[in-house]
Amino acid sequence: MTRPRLTKPRALATSLPMEQARQVDRRSGGRVVVMAGAMTALGLLAGCISVTAPDKPIVIELNINIKQEVIYRLAADAAKTVEENPDIF
Amino acid sequence: MEAAMKTKTFRNAALIVPLAAALAFPGAALAQDYASAKAAGLIGEKPDGYVAVVGAGTAELRRIVDDINIKRKAVYADKAQAQHATVEEYAFTTGCRLIAQAQPGEKYQAPDGAWKTRGAAAAERDPRCP
Repeated sequence: MTRPRLTKPRALATSLPMEQARQVDRRSGGRVVVMAGAMTALGLLAGCISVTAPDKPIVIELNINIKQEVIYRLAADAAKTVEENPDIF
Repeated sequence: MEAAMKTKTFRNAALIVPLAAALAFPGAALAQDYASAKAAGLIGEKPDGYVAVVGAGTAELRRIVDDINIKRKAVYADKAQAQHATVEEYAFTTGCRLIAQAQPGEKYQAPDGAWKTRGAAAAERDPRCP
């Protein structure tokens, strides 16, 4: 059995309602189909892996593409820049 | 007639002196405004490395903020290129630094977007900040 990995909790939370809306638009009664599908998926998930809620609330980060390792690499140079330009910092 | 001429010359001189001073030290008055507005908490530091007007603000404050941010972006772009990083990465890293060293009474923006006044305690920063 593979170990559970919460890789993209945000993507799931945001994309699911849109998927549902699209399904409903396409045909009447689509919601029931989607819900049934979701429940089946949940049933399958419950059968093999356990999902625990994250400790912290999910915060949507606008700067999510900025990596911590890059920030650490630039920190010293940024500090120097601040000291060298007291008129704008 | 001559007296009037003299008065006029004197007036012109009175106008020219401050003008010459302004030309000799461009941006000096603006820098002073920026420093005082920042100390007063009218302008605050954002996590992205730029400043913003706190609250409603005035046209003058917005002008100061725009001026500072344009100058900052130029510096960020230059330094980021030297470090092989993006301007956003460099600006964000500098923002971490600037919020950390904000003086008591100055305003800064917390990661949740709320404006905070720097007190004795450490500033609320993005968890990625060093």
